[in-house]
Amino acid sequence: MVENRPFAQFMAYLTLAIGVLVVAFPVYLAIMASTFDAATIINGNMPLIPGDQAVENYTRTLFYGGKQAREPVAMMMVNSMIMALGIAFGKILISILSAYAIVYFKFPFRKTAFWVIFITLMLPVEVRIYPTYKIVADLGLLDTYTGLILPLIASATGTLLFRQFFMTIPDELLEASKIDGAGAFRFFKDTLLPLSITTIAALFVIQFIYGWNQYLWPLLITTQSSMQTIVIGIKKMITTTDALTEWQIAMTTAVLAMVPPVLVVIFMQRLFVKGLVETEK
Amino acid sequence: MAGVTLDTVRKIYAGNVEAVKGVSLGIEDGSFCVLVGPSGCGKSTLLRMIAGLETISGGEIKIGDRVVNKVEPADRDIAMVFQNYALYPHMSVYDNMAYGLKNRKTPKDEIEKRVKEAARILAIESFLERKPRQLSGGQRQRVAMGRAIVRKPQVFLFDEPLSNLDAKLRVQMRVEIKRLQKALGVTSIYVTHDQVEAMTLSDKLVVMSGGQIEQVGSPAEVYRRPETRFVATFIGSPPMNILPGKVEGPGRVSVGGQTIAVTDMREGLTPGSAIEVGLRPEDVQAGGSAGASSLSMDVDFVEELGATQLFHGKVGGTEFVVQASTGQIPADSRKLTLSIDPANVHLFDPQTTKRLGRV
Repeated sequence: MVENRPFAQFMAYLTLAIGVLVVAFPVYLAIMASTFDAATIINGNMPLIPGDQAVENYTRTLFYGGKQAREPVAMMMVNSMIMALGIAFGKILISILSAYAIVYFKFPFRKTAFWVIFITLMLPVEVRIYPTYKIVADLGLLDTYTGLILPLIASATGTLLFRQFFMTIPDELLEASKIDGAGAFRFFKDTLLPLSITTIAALFVIQFIYGWNQYLWPLLITTQSSMQTIVIGIKKMITTTDALTEWQIAMTTAVLAMVPPVLVVIFMQRLFVKGLVETEK
Repeated sequence: MAGVTLDTVRKIYAGNVEAVKGVSLGIEDGSFCVLVGPSGCGKSTLLRMIAGLETISGGEIKIGDRVVNKVEPADRDIAMVFQNYALYPHMSVYDNMAYGLKNRKTPKDEIEKRVKEAARILAIESFLERKPRQLSGGQRQRVAMGRAIVRKPQVFLFDEPLSNLDAKLRVQMRVEIKRLQKALGVTSIYVTHDQVEAMTLSDKLVVMSGGQIEQVGSPAEVYRRPETRFVATFIGSPPMNILPGKVEGPGRVSVGGQTIAVTDMREGLTPGSAIEVGLRPEDVQAGGSAGASSLSMDVDFVEELGATQLFHGKVGGTEFVVQASTGQIPADSRKLTLSIDPANVHLFDPQTTKRLGRV
């Protein structure tokens, strides 16, 4: 298609540029703020070029923490990482197994099972948060990683995603495996799992970020500061009392909180695209 | 090696749909048996029952002397080639072929020996390390056959294996399958809807329709002496012409007021009763003069096939096709006289559609 409309093209780029600016500027601001000392930020005339406090800010945040949340952010990141990985892998494991059962096994109430899973899609964590809290508390799982992870790993989205994928795999592949002497588990391990890598990668990206960004649930069930996640850490650094908020530390923490999800997206995206190009059903 | 015996095998699906209605068939050890029929005739279901991919609703299937009704596919000592090849996309060609042997805990060197040998037979040695997606359709087909060969099964099962290939490759692979089967001498059951494939490949041709066997025989028998009208019109291309006729007397029938002689005719048919007269387009001699056994035909149009021409028209008001070598008859003929060899006339009962030949 030949298009010779310079003005339209200019407008398109302009709109795009404005959009990018609106999204990127706060992030840029946070990164800049993490390189100045508190006084420079507070006086309201923070320059938009990097300051000289970066090393100082990041070392202090990572290993000592701010005045309000006195825990080092490195520890919060470890907590967040354990939770996010636990949720992501847990969700993948649970949903791939349940999708496998729903697609490949005939059992009574199979349809019912599917619909029950499907309906839970409409119930976000917040709706069932009290009963979930009660159960976790009764099981003595408050302030544990298990308590952080377990209630969040059931995933209707993941099950649906895998179900849809499994349904596109030709039946002959299952039949060929049967003739080749592979039972239900071997078919899953040798054929289904390798073919699902792409879907697993996609789901991992989504669920890792979902897990990393959890706020309400960790806030409810963690009381010890040693179990704090980074998202809660940020909140605690921004004080509402008379004390001065250490904005440079809060911003440094925010920037640090962004790093793992961004890395996951960048790294997994490559795998994701590679998988898309190379896999064929 | 082993033969396969089917004894009144039935398949009833949920909702009381009877896909296979009591099929009995003996397939001799080492023979090439082709099941042919239109879509939905039950041929694939039958094959899948032999493979163990479908349960058997009634009757008995034996491979060799063993009843396999309740035996898992993997334990039936069969190998199957699927229409869409069903190769494992994430495994190399080598692993695709070796997978079944690995699952059976075959020693590694034995697996390698067998895969290498199968690859040599099928001329796919140079792509053993490739993935299926890097292969052409014909090469994938070979890998699928290789996967069957390495197992050294009692029986090969082919489910329309050539349908996904283009016409030229199909002919080539057809010849290769035939050659391979002759060389290996393994009992083979092959399902197709293509009657040319069926004719060329089979030692034993089984024509199916509506879940039942219409006729079993050598390709020549089935072609020369079709037992039912269905077989007559299904085997042969272009299909046999069927004309409504009347019994005139022993060895004589009439079509649209014109009488022709018949060699293969049941005795004791009532003169004047209705009968169906079948004539193959290639068995009819066009041109020449009206004789003792001839029909006249009005030509509507001509189809050019290169070596031959198809004359479409009507005999006694019924559609009729004649095949003739190009140049034998002027293409602009409006009327043809067809001389009929009495040996080439097939008679069928209009009610039962069964052949009314000599008993």
